[in-house]
Amino acid sequence: MSDWYTTFANSGFGTTITRQLGLPRPAVLRRYEPGQPLLPGPAVVGSAGEGRLRNTVTAVLRDAGVTVQSPVTADGGTDGEKLAAVILDATGLTGPGDLAGAHGFLAPAIKRLRPSGRVLILAEPPSDAGSPAQAAARQAVDGLVRSVAKELLDGSTANAVYVPEGAEDSLAGPLRFFLSGRSAYVDGQLLTLSPADVPTREDDEKPLAGKVAVVTGAARGIGASIAQVMARDGAHVVAVDIPAAGDLLAEVANGIGGTAFQLDITADDAPQRLVEHLRERRAADGRQGVDVVVHNAGITRDKLLVNMDAVRWNSVMAVNLQAQLDITQALLDADVLEDDARIVCVSSQSGIAGNRGQTNYAASKAGVIGMVRAWAPRFAERGATINAVAPGFIVTEMTARMPVGTREIGSRINSLQQGGLPVDVAETIAWLSQPGSAGVNGQTVRVCGQSMLGA
Amino acid sequence: MAQSQQPTTRKAAIVGGNRIPFARSNTAYAQASNQDMLTATLDGLVARFGLQGESVGEVVAGAVLKHARDFNLTREAVLGSKLSATTPAYDVQQACGTGLEAAILVANKIALGQIESGIAGGVDTTSDAPLAVSDDLRRVLISLNNARTWQDRLKVLGRIRPGMIAPEIPRNAEPRTGLAMGDHAAITAEEWEIGREEQDELAARSHQLMAAAYDRGFFDDLVTPFLGLARDNNLRPDSSVEKLAKLRPVFGTGEGATMTAGNSTPLTDGASAVLLASDEWADAKGLPVLAHLVDAQTAAVDYVHGGEGLLMAPVYAVPVLLVRNGLALQDFDFYEIHEAFASTVLATTKAWEDPGYCKEKLGLDAPLGSIDRAKLNVNGSSLAAGHPFAATGGRIVAQLAKTLHEAGPGKRGLISICAAGGQGVVAILES
Repeated sequence: MSDWYTTFANSGFGTTITRQLGLPRPAVLRRYEPGQPLLPGPAVVGSAGEGRLRNTVTAVLRDAGVTVQSPVTADGGTDGEKLAAVILDATGLTGPGDLAGAHGFLAPAIKRLRPSGRVLILAEPPSDAGSPAQAAARQAVDGLVRSVAKELLDGSTANAVYVPEGAEDSLAGPLRFFLSGRSAYVDGQLLTLSPADVPTREDDEKPLAGKVAVVTGAARGIGASIAQVMARDGAHVVAVDIPAAGDLLAEVANGIGGTAFQLDITADDAPQRLVEHLRERRAADGRQGVDVVVHNAGITRDKLLVNMDAVRWNSVMAVNLQAQLDITQALLDADVLEDDARIVCVSSQSGIAGNRGQTNYAASKAGVIGMVRAWAPRFAERGATINAVAPGFIVTEMTARMPVGTREIGSRINSLQQGGLPVDVAETIAWLSQPGSAGVNGQTVRVCGQSMLGA
Repeated sequence: MAQSQQPTTRKAAIVGGNRIPFARSNTAYAQASNQDMLTATLDGLVARFGLQGESVGEVVAGAVLKHARDFNLTREAVLGSKLSATTPAYDVQQACGTGLEAAILVANKIALGQIESGIAGGVDTTSDAPLAVSDDLRRVLISLNNARTWQDRLKVLGRIRPGMIAPEIPRNAEPRTGLAMGDHAAITAEEWEIGREEQDELAARSHQLMAAAYDRGFFDDLVTPFLGLARDNNLRPDSSVEKLAKLRPVFGTGEGATMTAGNSTPLTDGASAVLLASDEWADAKGLPVLAHLVDAQTAAVDYVHGGEGLLMAPVYAVPVLLVRNGLALQDFDFYEIHEAFASTVLATTKAWEDPGYCKEKLGLDAPLGSIDRAKLNVNGSSLAAGHPFAATGGRIVAQLAKTLHEAGPGKRGLISICAAGGQGVVAILES
């Protein structure tokens, strides 16, 4: 399932050919591996207006062993060491005039960006602005970051994080995520944080140590990758999939020291059976609860709406949406969710952009986004979170069966000019599952390389 | 009833089980070996209970049809599995009683405190069956191996005759009588006047109950798919007495022949495994206890000269077990009587109801009496699932343990399995 084109375009001969023909030149992305430093080079931190986050950001970077450089001015040289990350604190924006500072800081800094570099803009949510001018300036960040993301080359990404007043403590985890290789395929996104009690920093290598994580649809593809990344990060994974996929499921569970639980999540008694299972199987420390639930199981039954029968419609709704609702509710009712639980629901780019032939699928995946938004305040009350992840074009067994033309176009129409890997989705989900992600709630994070669809 | 004479040892817990779907001979598993199937079954069990890299006390399993190369079958399967390579293993073989006997052996060592956990299993393939060369050819080949010179070798080769070439195919027949097991069962069926219709009823019921159990997800944590099969391919959910009535008898002779391919188990490939442990071990691992193996008994009958039916030994074993545990035949919530043939189950229950037989053959003052049919093989048995000889015991133990667990604490179940060679293995489980 490797991306043959990316491999080719990065070979000696392929480089010459693609350059001469003006073909897309997808980069080999910097992806996380255990033991990897947060950034492969220095970072520069600057502000537009009187920002309030520079000290927080600098502290996080220094703590991670990153060299923090002073801002380069607009007329400053573009020489010097290549930068691994460019971080702009734009929380001090008062009006459009302050945006000149953003331009002045970003332009020379981005010229010095290394391949797979990171541009991150921190701002305050436009909705909280004190004046129309301030709202305009804050909203401008949206257009700015999306455009920067489209201009960046060589696997670099640009994202923005809105940090409302009082949510400063929520920043460290998301900051580390966006700078690290874990966010390789997250590009052009805007994340809004909320105030939360963020626990003291977890073990960098094993942020999910001691956690019990349920992953549905874990037998293959993205689900198997989620299970693997969760286990790598220290979680005990309860891998769930339909009984007919039990042999693959067992293989996944055995590969990561987890357990396999065969369950058709659409069965009437499925939520209850999952609850019973979690109660019967206590964790090593005697707890009966579950810390992380990843609703990944999903199916497609594509057909144009006018030709779609009820079976196609209903089965997709049952697996992709109703089961997520029912299981989450049952876990809440049965009180088997730990107070600081993390729920991550897999949505889809189709749920944001729509897709021809996928009315049922897109409706179900859009429903997921509405669900997490509605549930988020209730989860916040107990220190828990619920978020969605919307994958774009992810290279799986399923996409490998697509016609070459459709597949190649589908995988190139994004700013990184390549399809993502299951591990990219898994890394984002594992990050949202961390204790340190307490301030990310009710959000939908796209893992799409800044796809042109629904952007 | 007599006072319980059970020694005060701890009772082994049944934590759970796993099997691969059973497949009719030469179908889905035609290319799979016993070792392939047993290894996959162990790995499914490991995945279900998170035993990766664990060293369990002992793995005990066996196969009835076994290649010479599989002399250490179970240990080889363990080495190929995700269990720790430091897990000891040994093979047992007691024909169709192998799986249950393996569970009893593991349970007894747990009861005595010699091990804290163990896996009992069984596997059989009639597709990848061991073919042997004829004894004559075998002797020639051994001589050939021992010959030192070219001249000697040529001389030995000259002894080979065309008639020696035909391989010896293992047959499902008793060595001492030459009769197929079905033919033996047909004799018993005739003796006990077991009718065609009641056999077909029992068979149809087995299919229907097992299909229903699959549909309600009962087997979700008992079975792991293998080689593209997710359910037993012998299972006929739409089986009915009417359909079964159309089949021709295949065992027995003449007018009285009642046993068909529909009310007899087919040759089957498959494997099963059961995880047993002390309560303490299960608790420390955060694993549930479905039931305990309370007690077990074997018996054998003289079917060659003694005038008893080949498959009637469990009839003798059960009263011994009941006396030792101070129980009546009716003191059970569930009965698992292995359906080698529908007629075997019916002859077994009829024998327990017969005052003359119970007095003369079993030496009992009164008959054991009848059992409530509604409690018999409630989630289907071998007529539906098929019967890979050594794998049946593990299937029944795990299936009954789960049935008892679902029914709640304090429920009791009886297992009765007949085996070739005139043997029987029976056991009591309790939730």
